[in-house]
Amino acid sequence: MIVENAPTILSVKNLTSNVEGTQILKGLNLEIKAGEIHAIMGPNGSGKSTFSKILAGHPDYEVTGGEVIYKGENLLELEADDRATAGVFLAFQYPIEIPGVSNLDFLRVAYNSHRKARGLEELDTFDFEDLVEEKLDVVKMRAEFLNRSVNEGFSGGEKKRNEILQMALLEPTLSILDETDSGLDIDALKIVANGVNQLATEDNCTLMITHYQRLLDYIVPDFVHVMYDGRIITSGDKDLALKLEEQGYDWAIEEFATVGV
Amino acid sequence: MSPETITKQQVSSLTQLLNLREPLATEVTALKTLRDRSEAWVRELAIPTTRDEEWRFTDLSPLLNVEFNTAPSVDVKQSRIETCLLPEAPQSRLVFVNGAYTESLSDVRALPEGVWAGNVSALPPEKQEQLGDYLARHPNHGEVFTALNSASFTDLAIVWVPRGKIVETPLQLMFVASPTDKAMLTQPRCLVVAESNSSLTLVEEYIATTEGCPDSQGVAYFNNAVTEVWLHENADVNHVRLERDNGSAFHIGTTAVTQARDSRYRFHALTLGAQLSRHNIEVHQIGEGTTTTLNGLTLIGKTQTADTHSTVAYNYPNGTANQLHKCIVGDKAHAVFNGRIVVPQAAQMTNASQLNRNLLLSPKARVNTKPQLEIVADNVKCSHGATVSQLEADEVFYLQSRGLDKTTSENLLVDAFAAEILQEVPLESLRKAIAQCVACRVEL
Ligand SMILES: Nc1ncnc2c1ncn2[C@@H]1O[C@H](COP(=O)(O)OP(=O)(O)OP(=O)(O)O)[C@@H](O)[C@H]1O
Ligand SMILES: [Mg+2]
Repeated sequence: MIVENAPTILSVKNLTSNVEGTQILKGLNLEIKAGEIHAIMGPNGSGKSTFSKILAGHPDYEVTGGEVIYKGENLLELEADDRATAGVFLAFQYPIEIPGVSNLDFLRVAYNSHRKARGLEELDTFDFEDLVEEKLDVVKMRAEFLNRSVNEGFSGGEKKRNEILQMALLEPTLSILDETDSGLDIDALKIVANGVNQLATEDNCTLMITHYQRLLDYIVPDFVHVMYDGRIITSGDKDLALKLEEQGYDWAIEEFATVGV
Repeated sequence: MSPETITKQQVSSLTQLLNLREPLATEVTALKTLRDRSEAWVRELAIPTTRDEEWRFTDLSPLLNVEFNTAPSVDVKQSRIETCLLPEAPQSRLVFVNGAYTESLSDVRALPEGVWAGNVSALPPEKQEQLGDYLARHPNHGEVFTALNSASFTDLAIVWVPRGKIVETPLQLMFVASPTDKAMLTQPRCLVVAESNSSLTLVEEYIATTEGCPDSQGVAYFNNAVTEVWLHENADVNHVRLERDNGSAFHIGTTAVTQARDSRYRFHALTLGAQLSRHNIEVHQIGEGTTTTLNGLTLIGKTQTADTHSTVAYNYPNGTANQLHKCIVGDKAHAVFNGRIVVPQAAQMTNASQLNRNLLLSPKARVNTKPQLEIVADNVKCSHGATVSQLEADEVFYLQSRGLDKTTSENLLVDAFAAEILQEVPLESLRKAIAQCVACRVEL
């Protein structure tokens, strides 16, 4: 929702970045205020996941220029774990499997790292289990998933739900959802979307990356941006997504090319 | 050096080691015969070089550069070994210091009536005469270091569980090295006999009285250990072997297991210590329907070398073997694994799996791995494999992106790698102690 006089959570200015010597982001600008839901769409390879990993602090992505201010602080100076405890959360496009680490232990350690960062006492195993049971309901996950290794042998949809479960536990200020809807059947999509909507408040904000208008029927964005070749080339409200669904990206790319840089 | 001079040095070094042998501590004829026979055999041999297929990846030349001496007798106070005593095994331990049985530190009051545990003199005379039926009877007893031990041992650690006896309390068997200023040679020898329908949990440990972390460097010594385990029909042995010799030591050890019909043997080999270690595991089947589980965890760093060679040799049908050996290798350390499983025509319906997984914690860490299945029988189920990997940057990032700091993330991943082996170790205190070492190694 758009809230009047809401504080800016994320401000990205002229961000450029290289991956293994190739420039991927070429001057990206974006501003997100508290309460808002933004969607980024764009063709494959335009740099959407790269942008989300840079926000989360992946060490392989080198920022070569521009700035990222998160709640008034230079986000780029923080390690990935400090960004997480400061409230940045990335739901991965491809959540990885970690054999041998139990999902429950992982969730508890993650949750407690946030408590510790806030100067709060860590929750013991029993209290944590109560908390997590409650959160399972947000994504309609069965408790047996807690005793399995992190994401190991989970179906695509189960992995995405596990991401949203983590989000529900960690209660981030800035949630970045990288194609959380891809590969989900309609029932799973509704569950995930419902979870995300439950978690959205006036004080936090959400950045969704998606290829499909379908998701935006369930999570209605305040702003829609088109990303192409490492830049946001046009922005609008939710109707922009409908136009993209009908007409594709070509018109936006052409418009951008004629206006020039 | 020409190949000839190398060979000369290999021969003379072995002779020097052989010449350190001291008289037997007992009068048992079978032992004397074995020693003499083995001495003659060792005189025909030399210390292997890397041209020897069995030693291709492990270079023993550092061993040749040290002049070893006979082991001094040292009075070790109980307080020095206190931290290593297992709470699960109260009044159930045998302690040998520098190869000599140390009665004052041993305590076997928790063992049930009828179990013999101690040195040779713990055995009644008629059992002593049977020793010749058990010692150096496995097919590979002529291997140079095994034979050197057979020629030189002065006493034995004996654990003999009679027919039908169930030993509930684990038995801790400690071989303590207490080196003085000179490099010493110790040659512990251990015999475990589990008679039919008996059951035993054994924790065999090689440790040093070193200040601070047991793995830190100290005075060099050479531990040449041989343990023979016999499982009679339907016997059940759960065996942990922990090698924590000090960081300057050489450790060459053989665990030779003979399994009769329907017996079940579970082995947990935990290798942490020594600058250079070699562990030979031999399992031989003398009856059908045996079950063998071999778990192994090698945890090394600095410039350590740890070599594990295992052979599981089948001769009868319906056997099962499961082997999982993992190595965590840091710094400039070097791990070697060679696992043979031999299934001849006679061993139909054998079910065997073998997996060696290696985790490299540093760019200079090295691994050589060679799983070897030799299968002739046609009606069998066998699988094997080996992997070598590093900590996945994406796994670390995933954990960090959820708020775990880098060290915690890495620890969690290494713990997870080790946990698969440690969770099978039957003593909680040992599981915890080794998990602690895993965490400690990652931080280095
Ligand atoms: N680690 C990497 N090494 C080399 N190239 C990379 C790496 N990561 C991304 N790239 C390249 O950067 C470009 C942008 O990739 P990115 O994954 O950000 O695109 P995307 O917009 O998320 O695409 P999709 O819609 O397919 O998910 C691509 O050309 C990709 O090949
Ligand atoms: Mg992507």
